[in-house]
Amino acid sequence: MTDKIVIVGAGQAAAQAIASLRGEGYSGAITLVGDEPFLPYQRPPLSKAYLLGKLERDRLFLKPDQFYTDAGIDLRLGVQATAIDRSARRLQLSDNSALAYDKLLLATGTRVRRIKVPGAELAGVHYLRSIADVDLLRPALVPGKTLAVIGGGYIGLEVAAVAIKLGLEVTVFEALDRLMARAVSPVLSEFYLAEHRNAGVKFQLKTGVEGFVGGGRLSAVRAGGAEHAADLALVGIGVLPNTEIAAAAGLSCDDGIMVDPYCTSIDDPAIFAAGDCTRHHGRDGAVLRLECVQNAIDQAKHAALAMLGRPTPYAEVPWFWSDQYDLKMQIAGLSRPGDDLVLRGDPTGRKFAVFHLRKGRVAAVEAVNAASEYIVGRKLITDATPVSAERLADTGISMKQIV
Amino acid sequence: MPKIKYIEHNGKEHIVDVPLGWSVMEGAVKNMIPGIDADCGGACACATCHVYVDPAWTEKLPAKEDMEETMLDFAQDLEATSRLSCQIKVTRELDGFTVRLPKSQH
Repeated sequence: MTDKIVIVGAGQAAAQAIASLRGEGYSGAITLVGDEPFLPYQRPPLSKAYLLGKLERDRLFLKPDQFYTDAGIDLRLGVQATAIDRSARRLQLSDNSALAYDKLLLATGTRVRRIKVPGAELAGVHYLRSIADVDLLRPALVPGKTLAVIGGGYIGLEVAAVAIKLGLEVTVFEALDRLMARAVSPVLSEFYLAEHRNAGVKFQLKTGVEGFVGGGRLSAVRAGGAEHAADLALVGIGVLPNTEIAAAAGLSCDDGIMVDPYCTSIDDPAIFAAGDCTRHHGRDGAVLRLECVQNAIDQAKHAALAMLGRPTPYAEVPWFWSDQYDLKMQIAGLSRPGDDLVLRGDPTGRKFAVFHLRKGRVAAVEAVNAASEYIVGRKLITDATPVSAERLADTGISMKQIV
Repeated sequence: MPKIKYIEHNGKEHIVDVPLGWSVMEGAVKNMIPGIDADCGGACACATCHVYVDPAWTEKLPAKEDMEETMLDFAQDLEATSRLSCQIKVTRELDGFTVRLPKSQH
């Protein structure tokens, strides 16, 4: 009989797990441990509307305070979980207290990958993952200042779009030869490069950053053998899963806490994990780690059911989005090298989609300002419907006719 | 603050104050009204904040943008006054605005 659940990490997965546990009728104790001083909040707007100053902090929170009161949650915020004693089923906290658990949910998320070059500790070098990060960065986004964005991924490009809108000079430094290379196909990389250039963003592709220069405060970025003047820098070079306490407790980790299809640790039936911190089985059998809202929400639902002794396998189709300028990118599914790419629509019309076909079925869809391609694509992936590349490419045939 | 009325699928009514500029979705989420999931937090990316607008109010709303129109096209249990509540911004004119919630968002 489970009567004490402890959740480590107070992000999107934690909020969903609490809602699901209570929604499924669990009436035992729940303790929420989070190292930030905040209740669970949405991270996606941090690099978009919140950075732009268009969304107040209050509006970031996933649930109102009352939700946690009503749910009877013991909140331990601003405290770090430091060790798991699996044999005693106790969690050690940084304030020297400890919590006994029957079931432990690790929803520890990720942290930013820090750049390891000379000068990286200079004032003016920023990262973006938390409310605190944005509250530091936003006042520095002063019109006329020069911003160096290190890394041409989602975070870097979303910040570039905001900063150019606010009247800064922006240059993006990307080590690879195209933007968002890890996440999207070359057609989208090219399209977004052109859009950002039109907006006034400058790019240094195939240019790794060698160091930051300045006397106490950043004054330039050294990259590609040259010095580029910069008043501030935003480093967006990816994240690392927070697996340390899991690994130290002997749980298998490999760039993520290893879980089975039920979001249960492969080593300990009393420990569960959900969200960005997990390495799990995707619906096509591949073992992977995802960084997205969908995965946090859906794994939290499955972890909650597993904790209550009603495990169901996680097989949802992943989905992602990114807002840059007036462009809405929506992605569903997971592409792989070797997929056949089908372009539908014309990027110059700023509305198009790329379908990734594998064995005659849609494995992934990337849509830009193309909601029906996204929605129908998602359905085609879920249902594993056989499709013809010719029909998908033909904009004369509506997506509704294809489904 | 404008008052918004949310009617759950089972008929239970909630009347809450929602700040100007917030979305009708946010008003529901921040007041813990069951029946709106809003997984994406209002980015018009998930279609889990579907509502039926009371017919008396449909004329008072700005027209749907393409994105919302298409996302809705594929929603479950679509009705003539279906909207995505994350795309409806609360204004002074919407004091008393009323929506019904669908049986499920998935």
